[in-house]
Amino acid sequence: MCLGVPGKVIEIDGMVATVDFFGVRRPVMLDIVDEPVGPGDYVLNHVGYAIRKIPADEVQATLALYDELLRGAEREDLMAAEVQAEIAAGEKKDG
Amino acid sequence: MAEGVRRALEFRDPRQGRELSALLGKLCADIGRAPISVMHVCGSHEQAIARFGLRASFPRALDVIMGPGCPVCVTDMPEVDEAVALARMGVKVVTYGDMLRVPGTSRSLADARAEGARVDVVYSIAQAAQMARRSDEEIVFFASGFETTAVATAAVLLSDPPANFSVLSAHKYIPPVMEIVAEMPHTRVEGFLAAGHAAAITGWGVFERFVQRHRLPVVVAGFEPLDILAGLARLLELIRDRRAVVVNAFPRCVTREGNRKAQEALWRVFRLIGGRWRGIAHVPNGNLRLRDEWARFDARRRFKIDPRALCSDAPPGLAAQCICGDIMAGIAKPSDCRLFGRQCVPDQPVGACMVSSEGGCRIWMEYGGRPELELEARR
Repeated sequence: MCLGVPGKVIEIDGMVATVDFFGVRRPVMLDIVDEPVGPGDYVLNHVGYAIRKIPADEVQATLALYDELLRGAEREDLMAAEVQAEIAAGEKKDG
Repeated sequence: MAEGVRRALEFRDPRQGRELSALLGKLCADIGRAPISVMHVCGSHEQAIARFGLRASFPRALDVIMGPGCPVCVTDMPEVDEAVALARMGVKVVTYGDMLRVPGTSRSLADARAEGARVDVVYSIAQAAQMARRSDEEIVFFASGFETTAVATAAVLLSDPPANFSVLSAHKYIPPVMEIVAEMPHTRVEGFLAAGHAAAITGWGVFERFVQRHRLPVVVAGFEPLDILAGLARLLELIRDRRAVVVNAFPRCVTREGNRKAQEALWRVFRLIGGRWRGIAHVPNGNLRLRDEWARFDARRRFKIDPRALCSDAPPGLAAQCICGDIMAGIAKPSDCRLFGRQCVPDQPVGACMVSSEGGCRIWMEYGGRPELELEARR
């Protein structure tokens, strides 16, 4: 649960951002992130909420772990499973 | 190679990993006694340690203990009982997936659902609030998780939730349980590795009082293998030099102040009260409960929850032999439990530590039990 999955903000409608997680787009709430966020920024997502804007010079470094977790991860891999669950945020369409 | 990619690879560089491992060995030799025990308080740290086989690279003298870092595991049985009782009253209970199979005194929420109660799983509490907006029925969100997750609960309550929505809070606050572990009479813990992303919310400053009071060092570390090795090296240095300070070894994510907006939301909605953490102890200020201003959204005040009926028909069974509490307190390892890998497996968990993806037993089970054994045999 401490892992926050990074994603790229595509567009923003009020407090809801559409965020791209490695090709999957999900709504993410912006209520508690403490910096202004705009399209093109990367955010860490935890249970459907952006908890931190990732500084631009840290984006690639932060993406790397998750990239590997998603690539060729086996079903039993708990870290990969958590990342996939985070990416699957909003699977039940919540508008 | 692009700068970003090069830097990303730096977090995995095997040469640096070996150098850090050698440094850990040297630091242990400097300290000159064994075991040197340090504790992490984050399920994601244990996942990374197990997933990347880091235990095999730790010096023998270094004992990295997993502490009470799994929020699902420390949710107390009576808290699960409250959720089960609500569901059996006919109220729709919605929760995070990990909570479904956590055993209560006699039943889990999954058991209650199998008996006909309405229990639903969501990824985000925002979805639960949305469900309530689209319906007239009472919807209770059974909220677990540490402060990082409690912030999401706070955000929902602060954004005008519908009147038929309420929260059964089992949220827990990590700093006080570190005090409990530090004060345990037989504790061997000489320093703590704190979780990076939780500290992104609270800031590393939250540990300063702890460090002063207990004279134990705290290092905030990230989740990459090198983050963890580097964090442990910093911690061993502090132990060697007898320096009880907080060191932020995860500056790319964590500041001293943390996310003030999130903290403000957290404390507007929640207050701290004492309560039991499963298997650990009564933890003063360890539980996050809704403030009086939010009473109308507090399921405990909104419904007359009576879980006593669940206690009377409780079969003690295997659960009585579960040593989850000792494991989370750092006194025992999963492999010390006679149920581990035998009667207690991920498909049929006896204790919460085998249920959650952040539970120590589940992690050791999924990644091959005790990864350091092979190395021990080769020594």
